[in-house]
Amino acid sequence: MSDTLLSIRGLTKAYPGVVANDDVSFDIQKGEIHALLGENGAGKSTLVKMIYGLVAPDKGDMSFDGAGHAPSKPSEARQAGVAMVFQHFSLFDALNVAENVALGMENPPAPRDLAKRIREVSELYGLPLDPARMVGTLSAGERQRVEIIRCLLQDPRLLIMDEPTSVLTPQEVEILFETLRKLKAEGTSILYISHKLEEIRALCDHATILRHGKNVGTCIPAESTAREMAEMMVGSSFATPAAHDRELGDVLLDVTGLSLPQQGDFGTPLRDISFQLRAGEVLGLGGVAGNGQDELLMALSGEYLTEAGSVALKGADVSRHGPSARRNAGLLSAPEERLGHAAAPDMSLTENGVLTAAERQNLTSNGLINWGKAQGFAETVIKTFDVRTPGPHVAARALSGGNLQKYVVGREILQDPEVLVINQPTWGVDAAAAASIRQALLDLAAKGAAIVVISQDLDELMEISDRFGALNEGRLSAPRPVAELDMEQIGLMMGGAHGMEVAHVEH
Amino acid sequence: MDLSSINPVLLVASIMVSATPILLAAMGEMVVEKSGVLNLGVEGMMITGAVVGFAVAVNTTSPMLGFVAAAIAGAALSLAFGFLTQFLLSNQVATGLGLTLAGLGLSALIGKPYEGMKSPTLPKLDIPVLGDLPVLGKMVFSHDIMVYFSLALVVAVWAFLKHTRAGLILRAVGESHDSAHALGYKVVRVRLIAILFGGACSGLGGAYLSLVRVPQWTEGMTAGAGWIALAIVVFASWRAGRVLIGAYLFGGVTVLQLNLQAAGANVPVALLSASPYLITILVLVVISARGNHGAPAALGRPFHASH
Repeated sequence: MSDTLLSIRGLTKAYPGVVANDDVSFDIQKGEIHALLGENGAGKSTLVKMIYGLVAPDKGDMSFDGAGHAPSKPSEARQAGVAMVFQHFSLFDALNVAENVALGMENPPAPRDLAKRIREVSELYGLPLDPARMVGTLSAGERQRVEIIRCLLQDPRLLIMDEPTSVLTPQEVEILFETLRKLKAEGTSILYISHKLEEIRALCDHATILRHGKNVGTCIPAESTAREMAEMMVGSSFATPAAHDRELGDVLLDVTGLSLPQQGDFGTPLRDISFQLRAGEVLGLGGVAGNGQDELLMALSGEYLTEAGSVALKGADVSRHGPSARRNAGLLSAPEERLGHAAAPDMSLTENGVLTAAERQNLTSNGLINWGKAQGFAETVIKTFDVRTPGPHVAARALSGGNLQKYVVGREILQDPEVLVINQPTWGVDAAAAASIRQALLDLAAKGAAIVVISQDLDELMEISDRFGALNEGRLSAPRPVAELDMEQIGLMMGGAHGMEVAHVEH
Repeated sequence: MDLSSINPVLLVASIMVSATPILLAAMGEMVVEKSGVLNLGVEGMMITGAVVGFAVAVNTTSPMLGFVAAAIAGAALSLAFGFLTQFLLSNQVATGLGLTLAGLGLSALIGKPYEGMKSPTLPKLDIPVLGDLPVLGKMVFSHDIMVYFSLALVVAVWAFLKHTRAGLILRAVGESHDSAHALGYKVVRVRLIAILFGGACSGLGGAYLSLVRVPQWTEGMTAGAGWIALAIVVFASWRAGRVLIGAYLFGGVTVLQLNLQAAGANVPVALLSASPYLITILVLVVISARGNHGAPAALGRPFHASH
């Protein structure tokens, strides 16, 4: 077994009320890219945290290159040769690149040498980075490079990557894959966590699939279809949203020359955005995170007011109206950040329902809340969108990310909006629930609503949109019918891959 | 008004003495806040340091032992704050305010038998050559050791935060405790050490008040110095150099307005008395109004390693 780098035997980890990992076993060979597949909540993150020493297993053991591997803290795992690129970057905005890299290393060299090594490694792998830049000013793709370079500087033998591509453009993904293949050719093993099946088919040698914390099978991705792997992940087959064929009606939302100055230190200004949206139409807006998505949603929802005449709803100017006025006029929105923006974490689902639906669902009379009716509305959302929760009295914070997402999306859809602006509608929900949310959006459009969907998931946008536009540094490309587009053009619309080149390690 | 009664040499010398307690407390609090913890108990720790330092110095007749005891007392009080906020996850604002109230009460109790006594005070250093310089020697180079200690502390804290790995880790913890935890750093331990350091510095600042500046004990003698130290940290944008400016500015205006009052300036006394607060805040607001404020992003947020 000298070819095995990491061997996992019977790993079990239980949290109160949920078994995150149940008797999981598999091996990672030297110099292979091994995929770990599973839906949100399948136990992938817990598993890699055990390998990286952040969580101690309840049962089971691991061996790394023949020796026992039971790291009690990440520094021990790093010394053994395990490095990890986190899904939510473990970076510090107010520190510069070199300082961020130094924090992730056991014995960082002196600052000047470190800056030099960062430049060397970043050029070797085609990931240019300036060591003196503040991390808060970097794009998501650049932040990921910081994490990757931090790992590479330690010459890891096993590199763990947790959902690395969720924030990248197609071109950036290609460059990342090229870097990973070079690493593999150098003999580094990679544990690649994702739920994007096409990526795994393109990149990985083996795949281990987790469902509800159990290892439900392995496969060779290149020899399996995406559908087969998806069904192993979900454990059943699910319906893909029905194709759309709709009559378009009048223009409901007319955005002309919408601009917004930069908000806060790390915000993105909006620059001269124009588009029209007709009844029954779904406009998909893609783009790498941080290119103005949040700002656009808030400018449309009324959280940021813009110059008079820039946003018109059904022909009436609403640019200077706040969110409540726009809601009453039929323009609803669902922001990306669930806790704190879309929902108040410590308030119950019923209360959270009242917060946005009070007017349109007549949940108040004479300034008093009709709690019976409010609870009824919350229960309808829970039932219609299959929100798994003990009931509407539960605090929003207590729901898992995917379930809360279903609730906040459902809450807006059930208010019969005429225009709905929604950011990341299926972020963090499992494949079956994502399909039902998309279907609900399509049904809403079929009833004559106009919908703006902002998303990082291009497959999702291609599936449900009539037209597609991309945000890049606060500018919107002219929306084009989805039928005319291929991936290459979409990548170019998203602004391409600035300053990136394919790795050129010689062997 | 007779301005000639103000001696510039004595004025500068007393400015340095007057600024030292606030400088000590503010440096400690800056380190605490850099680690992401907001301890509003500075006033309480200062006055506890003042009374404990005074009591120990009177009983042992050694002012140095008084300072050591004051640092320990301040740290002990901050440990209570650290335990409540870091392990029991209590609200930092409420706990800090409670610490101030507890410190004020505790000090009044301890200090009762010492009222009206006079403490042994620190000797002025006799620095060769520098101390003999004309004007400058008397102005800057003939103070007690704590004045120079406080200035050295500013340099040390600046260098620690900017150039050492431990300082980088401390800033990282204050910037994002979740990221720091994910990288395997001990967030709670780092914060506790910072809290203890802040408590010790506050204690020293308090003892400087009761042992050097006004060498006697009066109930409530800190008179808001701890709150000024807190404000200086914020308006100084969490930078050691600016904290120094803020503390000396406050000390300077305090001494100057006393001199002006003595010289019979034609300005209402109430306005003169308020002027140190007004001018310090005004100047620091102007400094910090320009761009980057640099508040540690995790300041005041509780941390719990949930997985």
